[in-house]
Amino acid sequence: MQNLFDIFVKSIFIENMIFAYFLGMCSYLAISKSVKTASGLGIAVIFVMAMTVPIDYLLEKYLMKPGSLTWLSPGLADVDLSFLSFMVFIAVIASMTQLVEMVVEKFSPSLYNSLGIFLPLIAVNCAILGGSLFMQEREYNTLAEATVFGVGSGIGWYLAIVSIAAIREKLRYSNIPGPLKGLGISFIITGLMAIAFMSFMGIKI
Amino acid sequence: MTALAIMNTISKMLKLIRMSEKEPLLSKKYLKLVKDPLNENNPITVQVLGICSALAVTVKMKPAFVMAVSLMAVLAASNVVYSLVRNYIPPRIRIIVQLTIIATMVILVDEILKAYVYEVSKQLSVFVGLIITNCILMGRLEAFAMANKPWPSFMDALGNGAGYSLILIIVSFIRELFGSGTVWGYPVMEKLGFYNTGYENNGFITLPPFALILLGIIIWVQRSRVRKLIETH
Repeated sequence: MQNLFDIFVKSIFIENMIFAYFLGMCSYLAISKSVKTASGLGIAVIFVMAMTVPIDYLLEKYLMKPGSLTWLSPGLADVDLSFLSFMVFIAVIASMTQLVEMVVEKFSPSLYNSLGIFLPLIAVNCAILGGSLFMQEREYNTLAEATVFGVGSGIGWYLAIVSIAAIREKLRYSNIPGPLKGLGISFIITGLMAIAFMSFMGIKI
Repeated sequence: MTALAIMNTISKMLKLIRMSEKEPLLSKKYLKLVKDPLNENNPITVQVLGICSALAVTVKMKPAFVMAVSLMAVLAASNVVYSLVRNYIPPRIRIIVQLTIIATMVILVDEILKAYVYEVSKQLSVFVGLIITNCILMGRLEAFAMANKPWPSFMDALGNGAGYSLILIIVSFIRELFGSGTVWGYPVMEKLGFYNTGYENNGFITLPPFALILLGIIIWVQRSRVRKLIETH
């Protein structure tokens, strides 16, 4: 339990997908104009990550790791399918994204319209593929750990996009030089927020 | 009869020539597809696509350059392939098809790099994998190749690849020069004797937050030159 809590807090704050690894920047910058849309996309990302990381974990454990096919027959102990992991992860992510797209289109057409091209782009949101690859790299031992990591990373991403959206909503009323408005100032603010989040990096729970 | 047949063929040929005149391979329209992404429709600074890798690989110029070339190759190949099959794909499953095409092309590029420039590919292994999740690829497939013929798609890919490379090279040049004091691995600052005067490299520039701030400044400069890109709110 203690261990799970560690992973949860770590994946939200200390190893935040955006501020510590800069994954998922494209949709983070493009969809953060209003808090409402941003939190819609954030929830979609939490959902997709919470589904894909455990699924990828199971596929990794029972299909692709060297020697993981022994549950089929002992003769397959030498088979190493890990070169397939990239392809399998991306396929899982793409199918989950398509599912989310259909659900959102069905239940919230207004959110569907405002997310526009960026809903299909969740599939190439680096944060989600990054989540699966970090899960593989860090070798989590149980399904619970992988799930908690997926949910935590999603929540971390959600926090980041909602906070920048809130800042950008206020920025609309401030007197920024014209050419810097919108994208330019968001980049600089994200840079400053990243510097602040770098102070979390040394913390050990 | 023969004269009629010959005249027929000639008129057919003329028609063909006229049709090809209508859309020569390097017509203004097509050149515009290449030119626009360099400035007014730049994939990074205007379309906001492909930023993750722009931050990750720009500490040094060499990986940035190889990354840019590989991305351009993957983009051109997958744009053309997707444009060829665009009419046979049901829209519901297009994301999976797009990603399969991209992943196949990335694996091909990876294998080619491994076969011919093994040393560079060893340094780049992570970065080449990052191409799959580069939003420029999906963005262009979704926004352009899905509705256009192969040749314009190819030009579009070239333009967007070049626009991406341009930003990558500017950012990596500044970061390498002021962060590590080198250009393409050549110790410029040392040769010019700056260190003797008390100059020191700015370690902060090699950290990712500075890439964000630098991109912000590049956008600032670009938009003050191209006023129509300025956002209104």
